[in-house]
Amino acid sequence: MSAHLPSGRAVRTDRTALALRGLRKMFGDVAAVAGVDLDVQEGEFITLLGPSGSGKTTTLRMIAGFTEQSAGSIEIDGVDVSTVPPHKRDVGMVFQNYALFPHMTSAENIEFPLQMRKVPKAEAKQKVADALKLVKLDSYGPRYPRQMSGGQQQRIALARAVVFQPRLLLMDEPLGALDKKLREALQLEIMHISRQLGATVIYVTHDQEEALVMSDRIAIFHDGKIEQLGSGEDLYERPISLFVADFIGESNILHGKFAGGSVVAELGTWRVGDAAAARASLGADSPAALVVRPERLRLIPRTGDVPAGVNTVDATVTDVLYLGSTRKYELRLANGQGVGVRQQLGGPETTWNPADEVRLAWDVDAGVLVAGRGA
Amino acid sequence: MTDSFRRWNRSLLVVFGVFVIVFLIGPSIVIVPMGFTAGQSLSFPPVGFSLNWYGKMLSDPAWTSGFINSFQVAVCTAVVASVLGTMTALGIARGRFPGKTIANALILSPLVVPVIVIGIGMFSFFVRFKLSGTLVGMVIAHTALSVPYVVVSVSTSLRSMDRNLEMAAANLGANPWRTFRRITLPLIMPGVFAGALFAFLESWDEVVVSIFMTTTKFRTLPVVMWEQVRQVVDPTVAAVATVLLATTTTVLTLALVVRRQTPVR
Repeated sequence: MSAHLPSGRAVRTDRTALALRGLRKMFGDVAAVAGVDLDVQEGEFITLLGPSGSGKTTTLRMIAGFTEQSAGSIEIDGVDVSTVPPHKRDVGMVFQNYALFPHMTSAENIEFPLQMRKVPKAEAKQKVADALKLVKLDSYGPRYPRQMSGGQQQRIALARAVVFQPRLLLMDEPLGALDKKLREALQLEIMHISRQLGATVIYVTHDQEEALVMSDRIAIFHDGKIEQLGSGEDLYERPISLFVADFIGESNILHGKFAGGSVVAELGTWRVGDAAAARASLGADSPAALVVRPERLRLIPRTGDVPAGVNTVDATVTDVLYLGSTRKYELRLANGQGVGVRQQLGGPETTWNPADEVRLAWDVDAGVLVAGRGA
Repeated sequence: MTDSFRRWNRSLLVVFGVFVIVFLIGPSIVIVPMGFTAGQSLSFPPVGFSLNWYGKMLSDPAWTSGFINSFQVAVCTAVVASVLGTMTALGIARGRFPGKTIANALILSPLVVPVIVIGIGMFSFFVRFKLSGTLVGMVIAHTALSVPYVVVSVSTSLRSMDRNLEMAAANLGANPWRTFRRITLPLIMPGVFAGALFAFLESWDEVVVSIFMTTTKFRTLPVVMWEQVRQVVDPTVAAVATVLLATTTTVLTLALVVRRQTPVR
């Protein structure tokens, strides 16, 4: 099959480049990675996303061979590399702190993996020049790392990691030490370069925006496990758990019990769309949470009819924030819970003021049902 | 309140500094002019100026062979100790084995065990192997004394080195030996070099163990000085001491310069 992944990246084959099977890592009694299964297709860009301590970096280090797994296996191109030392795994890695060799110039740094592979001198020189060109630092070959900015160093590190055409490219929060503007520019550059090379990328970050921008698929890590794996859209629109709903994007979460196709709480009873209910497949009377994104909520007057197919809850406006392209309302429900609403500007709109008593409304299909706390 | 406290501090510092100069540095400086005396006895202040005693030093085979022996021993010690010390520091910093703390303590023990104890022990031990009074025996003895300096110096360099660099090298295809040769060693070289210089110095002015280890055939410079001072006290000793001091100062300065070079990021 010739699949097209969501970002439009053409996958040349449907070969599995990397397969993790029941991967575990124990540090004493603590499971840093508690059973990870993952298949990555050749040419795919996968991001491991999660809070610190969720096991994403440990997983990456096990793939690179820096950390030995306690159980499970790692297959690269169908071969189990679990016992292969790091220098024979043939995977490139980009570190957060660049890890450029300070006593070598950029060109010498990039040439290093080629020397290790005994590439003939002339061919190596050509490859180094090509790699420098790839990261748009053609004339920076003779510079030492300390003579370059953080962004330039990271591009050299990227060139060094891809120059030997590794089977996998691993990136451990490569943009973590850079400022926001540079980070955004490099995100695009890394995407373009990896696409140009058709590289299979495993990217670790705790920055969800970065993950959404760059990835074909995202694996959300939580407590040493992959909580959910899917495209950015999957994760945002159809989170499968409270953790994912809370972690990805802003969300308003209404807690209650699931009963008869609705979430029942003190503040009201809200219908759940059939598709959402089927995905969650919760038992009757089990704790449930209804997730509604800020841009899916509307403010309407308390008086007047409620349209069909819409859920509502009463709220009081506390703050109105003007953010340029959007206006953000902060509101409080009768039980004291805060709720955020984002209104796109530019269309017809009613402006509300603090202390206004309003009604929050959302389409039944805009709510996502997940298991609630204690489920 | 704080002002007067600061002034007190300042004057205490001055007093302390004067004491250091007079009692610590003074005696070693005072010996220098004494070697240039035109008089016949080792005394301060010197009488007149002459190079007689330097001439006597250079013409007496006891001094010259002592100088050559000392230099040979110190250079060999520096080389052997820096190789062993670097390997030891790497093992302690990177290795994982039981009893590491104890091994580390044992390696550093020559720094705290009384030298006289080491001297007596080595003497009785080396005699059995017919190593006392030989270059090899002296180098072994001095190496044991100076390895701790190399270990401390190299360990400091290793601690300031980014471990990710070694992982990056492995990731790029370098086996452990090539990682060491191409990445680790060049980056800890200032520490190795400084350690080698300290090892040289340790051997260069070592007296106690050397006294036990030497025979009439093989004596190092400090031992010759020790024996000379016990027999006749003439200003030649001051001339020799000046040479010893000059060498030490030069090497120490070199070590400090190396230490101050750009540390590894």
